[in-house]
Amino acid sequence: MSSDLDTIIDRHRDQPGALLPLLHDIQHAFGYVPPDRIADIAAALNISQAETHGVISFYTDFRTSPPARTVVKLCMAEACQARGAEAAAETLCAGLGLPMGETRADGRVALEPAYCLGLCASGPAALVDERPLARLSGARLEALIAKVQS
Amino acid sequence: MSRRVFVPGDTAAVAVGADEVAAALAKAAQLAGRDIEIVRNGSRGAFHLETLVEVETDQGRIGYGPVDPADVDGLVAAGLFDGAAHPLRLGDVGALPFFSRQTRLTFARAGITDPLSLSDYAAHGGVAGLEAALKLPPEKVIEIVKASGLRGLGGAGFPAGVKWETVRAAPGETKYVVCNADEGDSGTFADRLLMEADPFLLIEGLVIAAYAVGARLGYIYVRSEYPLAIRMLNRALEVLRRAGAIGTGIDIEIRVGAGAYVCGEETALLESLEGRRGQVRAKPPLPAHKGLFGCPTVVNNVLTLAAVPFILAHGAEAFRDFGLGRSRGTMPIQLGGDLKQGGVFETPFGITLGELVDDIGGGTASGRPVRAVQVGGPLGAYFPRSLFDTPFDFEAFAARGGMIGHGGVVVFNDTVQMARQARFAFEFCAAESCGKCTPCRIGAVRGVETMDKILNGQRVAANLELMEDLCDTMRQGSLCALGGFTPYPVRSAIEHFPEDFKAPTLAPQVPKNSGAAKAAPEAAE
Repeated sequence: MSSDLDTIIDRHRDQPGALLPLLHDIQHAFGYVPPDRIADIAAALNISQAETHGVISFYTDFRTSPPARTVVKLCMAEACQARGAEAAAETLCAGLGLPMGETRADGRVALEPAYCLGLCASGPAALVDERPLARLSGARLEALIAKVQS
Repeated sequence: MSRRVFVPGDTAAVAVGADEVAAALAKAAQLAGRDIEIVRNGSRGAFHLETLVEVETDQGRIGYGPVDPADVDGLVAAGLFDGAAHPLRLGDVGALPFFSRQTRLTFARAGITDPLSLSDYAAHGGVAGLEAALKLPPEKVIEIVKASGLRGLGGAGFPAGVKWETVRAAPGETKYVVCNADEGDSGTFADRLLMEADPFLLIEGLVIAAYAVGARLGYIYVRSEYPLAIRMLNRALEVLRRAGAIGTGIDIEIRVGAGAYVCGEETALLESLEGRRGQVRAKPPLPAHKGLFGCPTVVNNVLTLAAVPFILAHGAEAFRDFGLGRSRGTMPIQLGGDLKQGGVFETPFGITLGELVDDIGGGTASGRPVRAVQVGGPLGAYFPRSLFDTPFDFEAFAARGGMIGHGGVVVFNDTVQMARQARFAFEFCAAESCGKCTPCRIGAVRGVETMDKILNGQRVAANLELMEDLCDTMRQGSLCALGGFTPYPVRSAIEHFPEDFKAPTLAPQVPKNSGAAKAAPEAAE
């Protein structure tokens, strides 16, 4: 893992404004940004560890611990609200057995709110591990729950 | 020759099963011994028809939709590959009222062509704008864009040509063009559809802008919530590099956001591009003078840059002839929420809100009466039916206490509780505030608290007065539109739907799913 991470850091070392692309690449490869490597990232880009940590904590996407096996991001913005997002959220919370914004104790699934996925005419909508899903009510919602549980 | 079958591969189609439809069609064709070529086009923009399958036949392109994967075998048995009759058959999709009533200058190719085929692109009018531009001196290109009346379609409506002129005239060797594709406003998706259905058009517009202002590097900053758009842009750049069409004189880099709404604000976006927290910068200096890495920078929205190739190819007049007042050309309006027919509807400025909701959108999908329409994203005002005669135009909406923003129209039926929507506006602002200025960072939190008191029936009149004061402070004192415009949805809800803010009608408790506050814990720090 560490040598791969060093390769990623090296790839971005001379890129202007490298921190976000670098963090994305690390997270893509490892699922999260290992906190014990923040010092190396900061050193490579010649910025402080505080600044690096500040960026990681500012953006919702970045995390410093492994993610759940499946991450469901349900859109809770206005257009989906108008199409029943709150009811979909209740069904998902009940079906998956966890509250919105949390990861289940067994680490199998996390349910996070998202604010617009650009599926505003076909809501309720979600991104499930980067895969878009829309018209999430009734059987389609039940199918999602069953798939995540399996 | 094999028969071409179009199955959209963009987010709106994939989200309702287009990949499964494509796979089922391939399998059914094989079983039937038919030689077909499946083209993954983008959606044409009528999302209620997705998955929309089109077949190229002797009678032209025949559409079927909405097609569920389970419908495929029946469709193929009925003769889909020959354009035969079926209850889902739509005939010529372009002739449907949703499309025949549009004026598509920017979305002319969306849904028609293979998004990654350069020959398709050129055969349908692509590249003509860039070719015309490169024959002219950069100053002349800017003059044409100015004469067209094109304004920033991200929401601010600033004249595009004037911005370009400022950057060109600004001293400095290095200049940048940055495309703002951080389309975070809820109810908007035109940028996404354009990037997925016709990515070369955005790249062409960006290259023209770079040529005009003297930039050699352009960035496209796309939000991470759009994984398919990111993939599509990267593939489009790859196609162009392989064809030797890009990378020598002017290069383009795709950058991905990380889930911060505020990065749609241009200075926060520049901070993010430079590798920092997406915190808003105080203006001046304007990005046109001192933008990315301290250099003069054009920051334009996707739709603004995508409108440019048409203007160069057909002349400023051809664009300016469309529109109303100071809003020239067309606007790709996005219809969403509780509507029967939602999607991208590109039309000259001037169409009324009522036409959009009742005629084009066909009323609500739920069948309930329309109660409120939020125009312009989460920072836009809620309009009641009595304002449906408002023409879609920057100034007309501003005159009525609203804004068109990025062109999102979100329809709510009569079950909506407007006091809860007002609370949500503050909740969203609290979650997404960058924290740099006090009116936004603290005002939003105080707004949620005060709305909770109103929702619980505590001293309603006094708290509404306090709310008015708070809105004033945020409006006048915030650094950017996030804090500054949050009062729009709040005030419009109070003004147009006062009955929802009277104690007896209020819900007894605050909503259950208040996830926003948990989404971004840093906002509460």
